[in-house]
Amino acid sequence: MAEKKEILLSIQNLSFSFDTQRGVVNAVRDISLDIRKGETLTLVGESGCGKSVTAHAINQLNPMPPGKVDHGKIMFRGTDLLTLKRHEIEKLRGTQISMIFQEPMTALNPVFTVGTQIADVFMTHQHMTKQEAMERTIDLFKLVKIPAPERRVNSYPHQLSGGMRQRAMIAMALASPEPGLMIADEPTTALDVTIQAQILDLLNDLKHKIEMSILLITHDMGVVAEMADRVVVMYAGRKVEEADVFSIFETPRHPYTLGLLNSLPSNTKYKNARRLEAITGTVPDMRTIGAGCPFENRCAYASQKCGQEFPAETVLSESHSVWCHNYHMVKEG
Amino acid sequence: MIKHILKRLALLIPTLFGVITLVFLMIALAPGDPARVMLGERANAEQIAQLRAELGLDKPLIQQYGLYLSRVVRLDLGKSIATGQQIAREIADRFPATIELAWYAMIFATIVGMLLGVTSAIRRNTWVDYTTMGGALVGVSMPVFWLGLVLIMVFSVWLNLLPTGGRMNIRYYFTPITNFYVLDGIILWIKEGTPKYLWSAIQHLLLPTIALGTIPLAIIARTTRSSMLEVLQQDYIKTARSAGIREKRVIYRYALKNALLPVITVIGLQFGLLLSGAILTETVFSWPGIGRWIYISIGARDYPAVQGGIIFISTFFVLINLAVDILYSVVNPKIRLQ
Repeated sequence: MAEKKEILLSIQNLSFSFDTQRGVVNAVRDISLDIRKGETLTLVGESGCGKSVTAHAINQLNPMPPGKVDHGKIMFRGTDLLTLKRHEIEKLRGTQISMIFQEPMTALNPVFTVGTQIADVFMTHQHMTKQEAMERTIDLFKLVKIPAPERRVNSYPHQLSGGMRQRAMIAMALASPEPGLMIADEPTTALDVTIQAQILDLLNDLKHKIEMSILLITHDMGVVAEMADRVVVMYAGRKVEEADVFSIFETPRHPYTLGLLNSLPSNTKYKNARRLEAITGTVPDMRTIGAGCPFENRCAYASQKCGQEFPAETVLSESHSVWCHNYHMVKEG
Repeated sequence: MIKHILKRLALLIPTLFGVITLVFLMIALAPGDPARVMLGERANAEQIAQLRAELGLDKPLIQQYGLYLSRVVRLDLGKSIATGQQIAREIADRFPATIELAWYAMIFATIVGMLLGVTSAIRRNTWVDYTTMGGALVGVSMPVFWLGLVLIMVFSVWLNLLPTGGRMNIRYYFTPITNFYVLDGIILWIKEGTPKYLWSAIQHLLLPTIALGTIPLAIIARTTRSSMLEVLQQDYIKTARSAGIREKRVIYRYALKNALLPVITVIGLQFGLLLSGAILTETVFSWPGIGRWIYISIGARDYPAVQGGIIFISTFFVLINLAVDILYSVVNPKIRLQ
């Protein structure tokens, strides 16, 4: 059903690198993905695989320099975001593209009340008076189910619990006349499990209330199962598999995706395993990475070809693609 | 909050007690007999004994200390040997001049220092940054009296643009009203319709302000830069940007308020230290303030005056630190609530 809606954001062949003192890090290589209206796309992968860099490239939040777009386009509502000047992208941020972050502890400014910070977003984009903005903020606090909103707007971040802060962050991301895309960068990682579930419920709820799209970044397959319509799996800067959420869990075709699923304790399919299965080896050094498949050194299915060239896309079905030379050998379990 | 301030005020008492004791011992233990020094070589034994009795120097040290303490507690700093005036009076007469100079030097140092610090932080590792920080390094390393002399040399002697010293053109027959000459200049402008007093006051302030303000300026610039660099990497700055807050506002409101804490500490400390810098600056620029007065008193071996001056400056320093503590809580909500 989501598949038929129009495309809101389209990242096309994006490569992004950081020129560090110890060499050039190709953080993102040739990534393409589409997000449709009202859809939740999750970007999955381990720390350092380039998922945050990809997301931050959308609203130009990567530090540049040292960061640099090597090539690619990011089309959003008909414009290429990468060509926008700073003041132009500033107008999109917080109005059409908003963001919530991993650490609600540090993502809110400690010296201003949460209400002031959110009201400032209204005042920046919609030229409201302070009082109007505060009233709208209280409305938003009700929407994200913060109890006693009239009192809470005057709280400083350190006076709120982690879950409450994340709700305030979400409220801030919604302080916009037409929320289009919300980028959620590991929104629940720092929260404990019950609060995690509440926040995810809230996001799902909001998505349906105000038809917005969510780009959700996570390394937690549990969160993926809960939230995703479609899933993009990234490894060391590359997209390795893309599928609808059912295919990812039912018929993973990339050895890395399979490894991620095998390491899940609660996955019923793999519950007979006596201990958690880890993916052996470590992530390759992103500065010296070669032309081959980056997963080659950790992959049980690797063949000689894998070290030489990165595989082309194999379309398995209308909604499932994989980038692996030996995908046909990958079986579940 | 009020409790916090009261507690800090109570802590002032032991600090000041220590200062008074130290100042007393310093003078009492200094070699030589103050009475003999004061009266000069030709004084006879009788005169010396008389002065010693007058000053209480013939009593045992502990008794002298007790007497001294009881007078200081009653805010009686004694009389100046050189002028015979009440020392408290002398200080009160000169304090406005010092405060005026220190105040403008601090405003100059704070505004320019913070601007330079922020600019170099947002343009880190560019030539702007290198020039500013290089200049700051030169600034902190420069002795105040030397900088003062160079400024006089360049702007007064060579270019003949600004006066070499004093607070007001002596040909103006000016009678101070508040003793803050800039303020007086404004009042007289309103009353008499001529801005010449104000203009002269500003001209006289300019060079001493720069001389006195340069070191604090450099320190404030360096502190602001490092504090800003740290704050600009925080997540909440990214949050503000992601919400579309304009970059200027992100820097000057969201980041700067967070970066301010260490800067306020430095400003407070520098303001206190400024008074010792003022001794040199006031001497170089013949500025009739407390600093120059202490300098002259030391030369004249006017012990009670030196004691009184040091106690006054120390008290002022401690009070500034208290003010900084209170300011913290204004900037940092976490302190406010504890």
